[in-house]
Amino acid sequence: MSQQQVYKQITENREETDNNVLVQVDHMKKYFPIKGGILKRTVGHVKAVDDVSLTIHKGETLGVVGESGSGKSTLGRVILRLLEPTEGKILFEDNDISHLGNRKLRDYRKNMQIVFQDPYASLNSKMSVGELVEEPLLVNTSMSKSERKEKAVDLIEKVGLRASDRTKYPHEFSGGQRQRISIARALALNPKFIICDEPVSALDVSIQAQVLNLMADLQDEFDLTYLFIAHDLSVVKHISDRVAVMYLGRIAEIAPKKSLYDNPLHPYTQALLSSVPSTDVKNRREKIKLSGDLPSPANPPSGCVFRTRCPRAHDRCSVERPELTNMGDGHYVACHLYDNTDT
Amino acid sequence: MQSNSQETLSTHPEMEPREEQKKSKSPFQLALRRFMKNKLAVISVFVLLTITTTCALAPLFTDLDPERTNLLLIEQGPSDEHILGTNGQGQDNFARLLYGGRISLIVGFSAMFFTLAIGVILGSISGYYGGKIDGVIMRAADIMLMLPFLVLALTIIAIIEELTIPLFITIIALTSWPNLTRIIRGTYLSLREQEFVLGARAIGASDIRIIFRHFIPNAIGPIIVNATLMMATYIIIEAGLSFIGFGIPQPTPSWGNMISEAMNVRILREHPEAWVPPGLAIFITVLSINFIGDGLRDAFDPKSKER
Repeated sequence: MSQQQVYKQITENREETDNNVLVQVDHMKKYFPIKGGILKRTVGHVKAVDDVSLTIHKGETLGVVGESGSGKSTLGRVILRLLEPTEGKILFEDNDISHLGNRKLRDYRKNMQIVFQDPYASLNSKMSVGELVEEPLLVNTSMSKSERKEKAVDLIEKVGLRASDRTKYPHEFSGGQRQRISIARALALNPKFIICDEPVSALDVSIQAQVLNLMADLQDEFDLTYLFIAHDLSVVKHISDRVAVMYLGRIAEIAPKKSLYDNPLHPYTQALLSSVPSTDVKNRREKIKLSGDLPSPANPPSGCVFRTRCPRAHDRCSVERPELTNMGDGHYVACHLYDNTDT
Repeated sequence: MQSNSQETLSTHPEMEPREEQKKSKSPFQLALRRFMKNKLAVISVFVLLTITTTCALAPLFTDLDPERTNLLLIEQGPSDEHILGTNGQGQDNFARLLYGGRISLIVGFSAMFFTLAIGVILGSISGYYGGKIDGVIMRAADIMLMLPFLVLALTIIAIIEELTIPLFITIIALTSWPNLTRIIRGTYLSLREQEFVLGARAIGASDIRIIFRHFIPNAIGPIIVNATLMMATYIIIEAGLSFIGFGIPQPTPSWGNMISEAMNVRILREHPEAWVPPGLAIFITVLSINFIGDGLRDAFDPKSKER
């Protein structure tokens, strides 16, 4: 490493601490091996997350959108270390947690929690609401039974359920209420960071709004940082400060919300935004229709992964992989249409 | 427009009419309630309880020693003193029926418990951890399943010089664990992919906790059902092995032993009171255990009823 690079790194680090970075993902890859044949040899890899770097600042909500198979859920699970990254680093408050063992991870688990998508599969149906909310306290703290009960009642009321619901079981609740239980459970340890893995996509639209508002309220009250995963741009627009668009395991574009929605740069983001139904007749965008299907993440296209469906693809796209380029004001895009400057 | 509607909506939970129950039922209590609605199963529980208590309280019903021989009273018909007559050794058949029931039920129950312990431990390890250890356990199970049970059991019993009841139970359990182990492993494999297990890992729960608090309660249905049905099988196995003389050693009575004692054309023809009661006892016990097992299956998995 040259002198200059070291200097650059130091200044970068300083910048990041100034900016209150909570989570930093650095060139992270997660490949799932495909085993085949009688001997179960690895015959290939599903590149669920392929070289993703991003930072999440304290107190912000970073929305992650992408179609199914884009690796957004895998990204969340690797950050939480429910899965081990194949390559790259995950820094939580400047501590590298990418390869910690289970015991050491436990300390970090208190700070990071997750709310899952399916409210019917994410709660153990054999445990009462009280037991479910108290479980994180039982596992991680030395609180007494009465302290735990008190805290559980407090949390249950915080998420908008009744204290009397403590003795009930998940099957007595609707999807939205179950998601509130999941949120209470995630909040039990006073985490700093919560990964919301499509928390509202299984809910009715009216209930989606209630749960989203609840999450926004809780963010203010507990000073939370969210990584909000969704496949729905309108949901992300409501809650996020910044939005990352993922395609086939890579980040296509990441930008502050306003900048991304008003001025999408990546052809994929443009296509996604144009497909959102709008009630605004005057400013209706022209619909960009994408042809073809999402390519297999086991065998992604060379160069830019989006080129097979991109209406503006050119020769260079099949050869060279585009890097995220800063377009100013924290708006990054990975597309050859915008990085002409250095060629 | 959407954001407008979102602001006007309260953050309070959906105000749908929720009927206020006095007490909410746990999934286990719900299963129990479904079980109680199954008449055949409930009757079977009573029948089995009656048989069990009668055998357990055998001294209250007869003063005779089931093992005491009396060569002066061989193959007697029913009389006031010997309600079901005596066998070829002059032992009282009625006393042997009651005390033999003790042995048969104890063997069935203990062997079931033993198998359950092996099955839960090995099945949990196999299903939870997977990988190499899973491969080893499953291949061992395959090998056990490959060997014909009867031949294996007979060989072991033949080698052992002095067969005691605990030894007999151990042999049965050690030769028939693979079925339950496989069932538990299979249930775990489907549970492992569910989000609540991932959620438990996310809060930092230990493996032991995940197995005991999350896997076993969710796998309890198939475990209980199969364990119950297994007990019925073990009672049959005990009777079968005793019948061919490889079971509970004489003079200890068991239902299988009693039928074995009557294996003689003359007794079969002239003294039905010697072999019908133990045969009927085995039949009724096994039948009620099977009915209970079916009832439990329907109770734990309500969907299985809609056949």
